[in-house]
Amino acid sequence: MAQERKFKIGKPILEVKNISLSFGGVKAITDTSFDVLEHEVRAIIGPNGAGKSSMLNCINGIYKPQQGTVSFRGQQIPNITPNIMAQMGLSRTFQNLALFKRMSVLDNILVGRKLHTKTNFLEVAFQLPKVKKEEKINRDRSEEIISFLEIEDIKDTPVGKLPYGLQKKVELGRALATDSSVILLDEPMAGMNVEEKRDMCRFILKVNDELGTTMVLIEHDMGVVMDISDRVVVLDYGKVIGDGTPDEVRSNQKVIDAYLGVEH
Amino acid sequence: MMKPVFMTYTKKDLINLAVCMVLSVLVIPSFITTEYWYTSILIPWLCLALATIGQQIVMGYTGQLALGAAGFMAAGAFAMFNLILRVPDLGFVGSLIVSGLIAAAFGILFGLPSLKVRGIYLMVATLASQFFIIWMIDKFGWFKNYDSSGIITAQDIVILGKPFTTPLAMYFVCLAVTTVLTLLAMNMARGSTGRNWMAVRDMDIAAESMGVSLLRTKVQAFAISAFYCGVAGALFAFCYLKSLEPVAFDIKLSFKILFMCILGGLGTINGAFIGAAFILLFPVLLNAIGNNVFHGAIDATIISSIEQVIFGGLMIIFMIYEPLGMAKLWENIKQKWKTKFPTMNIKNLTSSIGKKS
Amino acid sequence: MVDELLFFMEVLVGGLLAGTMYSLVALGFVLIFKASATFNFSQGAMVFFSVLAFCGFMQDFNIPFVLAFILAALLMVVVGLCTERFVLRPLMNASEDTVLMATIGLGYVLEGLAQAAWGVEVRRLDLGIGDFPVPWIADNLKLFISALDITAGVVAAIMIIGLFLLFKYTKIGLGLRAVADDAGAASSIGIPLKHIMLLVWSAAGVVALVAGCMWGARAGVQFALVDLALKALPVLIIGGFSSIPGAIIGGLIIGAVEKVLEVYIGPFFGGAIEGWAPYVLAIFFLLYRPEGLFGEKIIRRV
Repeated sequence: MAQERKFKIGKPILEVKNISLSFGGVKAITDTSFDVLEHEVRAIIGPNGAGKSSMLNCINGIYKPQQGTVSFRGQQIPNITPNIMAQMGLSRTFQNLALFKRMSVLDNILVGRKLHTKTNFLEVAFQLPKVKKEEKINRDRSEEIISFLEIEDIKDTPVGKLPYGLQKKVELGRALATDSSVILLDEPMAGMNVEEKRDMCRFILKVNDELGTTMVLIEHDMGVVMDISDRVVVLDYGKVIGDGTPDEVRSNQKVIDAYLGVEH
Repeated sequence: MMKPVFMTYTKKDLINLAVCMVLSVLVIPSFITTEYWYTSILIPWLCLALATIGQQIVMGYTGQLALGAAGFMAAGAFAMFNLILRVPDLGFVGSLIVSGLIAAAFGILFGLPSLKVRGIYLMVATLASQFFIIWMIDKFGWFKNYDSSGIITAQDIVILGKPFTTPLAMYFVCLAVTTVLTLLAMNMARGSTGRNWMAVRDMDIAAESMGVSLLRTKVQAFAISAFYCGVAGALFAFCYLKSLEPVAFDIKLSFKILFMCILGGLGTINGAFIGAAFILLFPVLLNAIGNNVFHGAIDATIISSIEQVIFGGLMIIFMIYEPLGMAKLWENIKQKWKTKFPTMNIKNLTSSIGKKS
Repeated sequence: MVDELLFFMEVLVGGLLAGTMYSLVALGFVLIFKASATFNFSQGAMVFFSVLAFCGFMQDFNIPFVLAFILAALLMVVVGLCTERFVLRPLMNASEDTVLMATIGLGYVLEGLAQAAWGVEVRRLDLGIGDFPVPWIADNLKLFISALDITAGVVAAIMIIGLFLLFKYTKIGLGLRAVADDAGAASSIGIPLKHIMLLVWSAAGVVALVAGCMWGARAGVQFALVDLALKALPVLIIGGFSSIPGAIIGGLIIGAVEKVLEVYIGPFFGGAIEGWAPYVLAIFFLLYRPEGLFGEKIIRRV
């Protein structure tokens, strides 16, 4: 990973500070803090139930943590909602897939272009020239993403009919369509075979390299994590137990213990 | 996927539209001369299909369980009555649009609960609109111009000075309004507006994460839906009922429209027309069977009971086997036909006769 | 002053008792919702169907009261059987909304069948309890409270306490709650889904019969009974769809609010506000406490 980067890793673009989240009596996350630097590939790893998905949900505004703050580009954001984060330039994919099942691949990705759609319903109803112009721009961009992800031949298929691996690709495509600065990926390679994983890694790195998009991904495959991430944060029982480069984290005893299930 | 040729319409759409226009403007008026067909079948079909498009927008496309279409129809109808009475300068078309807007306002108000609740809870909230609007119209005599007779006659339709009072004329009025509004609805459904609706329906949290505002999208869907219902209600009162009685817009009508929407095909514009046609024509069919096959031996109430059982039964059957309704069923049949006879189409139909497919 | 207070008491008590009539209808909904997380839109039709059959048995076939009641109850068990077999089982994996629509269809089927079988005339139902003020209460407490209302209250109380205890303390009740929470999981630990569904729907049917008897005695057995279901909706919102005590509390609140509003505020609006006032109250609950007073909090997993 030590090649010439087009987009040099910069200042923190996302900072979570002292996040605590509980569901009823269950503490999912306890006083967790870490940052994500602009243009980097940041992995979040940890055993099952460590609170990784919950953390992404807190960043994106789906869960409201009882304590703690999330800052984007240095600006602390009160009352986070998914909408506000999307507008600020943060998009995401979901662990259990959250595609629009009855819509085609192309339409799903087109929804990702919502933030680049300024026309209102009346203009759409009467198909004014500016609607057609905007639609063309959005369609072209979506088709670009579709060919980038190599899914041209299924672009008109309703996503509900696609196999799991392809659906995951479409979700990535949808998030990419937003042209966000940061994309959160919740287990983007879960359930994929070796080839599909290799493709996914390739896509993630390409996006990060060519567009400079900051990628934050939850991942279980250690090989992938070591290969593509710049820095890693390790969660266990809702707390940070490691934070650094892949090599640093790999040799961290606490991390090793957590994965081996050693009492700590 | 076919490319749009004009607005969002593909070549196939334009052909279909041309065929429909020829049928509805030239063929039908030439061949159907009995008033009955216009007053009792075609006009109510167009009006109810329009209302069902409204239901499709809020429920089929946006996934909100709303059950108050008839209430918004009543709002539109009575708004129309009052506008023509008190603001004659607006003219028919102007009043129609404003009536729709008034209904839309109610739609926004009673659609607000959709921001907090869903499913049956939302249905209950929308039922409130049904009851409240009818009560309001009933209680405040102003809406009925203090008419104590109980039945208010709708004014004659006059557009640009010309009266449109014959069944054929009113049919054309309904046809024109329905066609225009349907075409606009198609544009919305196929454009970014429709995609936002469907995104909210299919996965609202993901939609939000992509920048779709749930608040704006839901309120917009309720507003547009109520607009369509309001215009449909005005047409329904002025061209079909030719009177304005709140009781004609009761909860039974809302349920009827719900059935039209679901049986016809949730989330399709065709479905609105198919569903409305089915719900309207089936009773006619049943009556015809009752009279001709059984020679009137079966009581009218029994026939209407059987009708209810069949509608209910069809709802259950469709929910089990084809939740996307008759429109989808039709698509499935067409697909099967295509795979069985891949080379068959109008162009080479004549040349393929005699050849094995 | 005392007269005004007495009048208010009368209105209030009348409202509360009328509310228990609503509770009886609501109870059927709660039973099914508790056991299958399904809203049974056909509950109103079940009320109509069951009591109409009861009347039909008595009046058209001259079957004695008790036997006719038992037959009607058995008929509701058959309805439960058919519903489980032909509607619920095929829709096991369908979405909530799809099942809701199917229950709307079921309601139509039951209404149609009832009218086809028993006709459309309004029928009188004589339970032997008059719908007029009980003399000794009128004399001693100076309150005019209908005997029918009191009976309804007592019957409702018995049913509610019985069902509440059933759900909370028996094995069956536990099984029912498990099924509502996660039918798949419950099935995989051996809880017989089919039997549970049949039990619950039949019970809801019998509850519908009882509710129908009370309402039929008051207002005659007619098609309007179906719309009772719509009246029960605000009760369910306020009490909570999954709460048996909620059904009674919700019913009491709606009954009281309806009567009080009708008597004291209605005249300013020209009357008949009880058509929508309960709904507006329900909307407030929906906005601030959608699970109602006693229902379970609605959680959505992401």
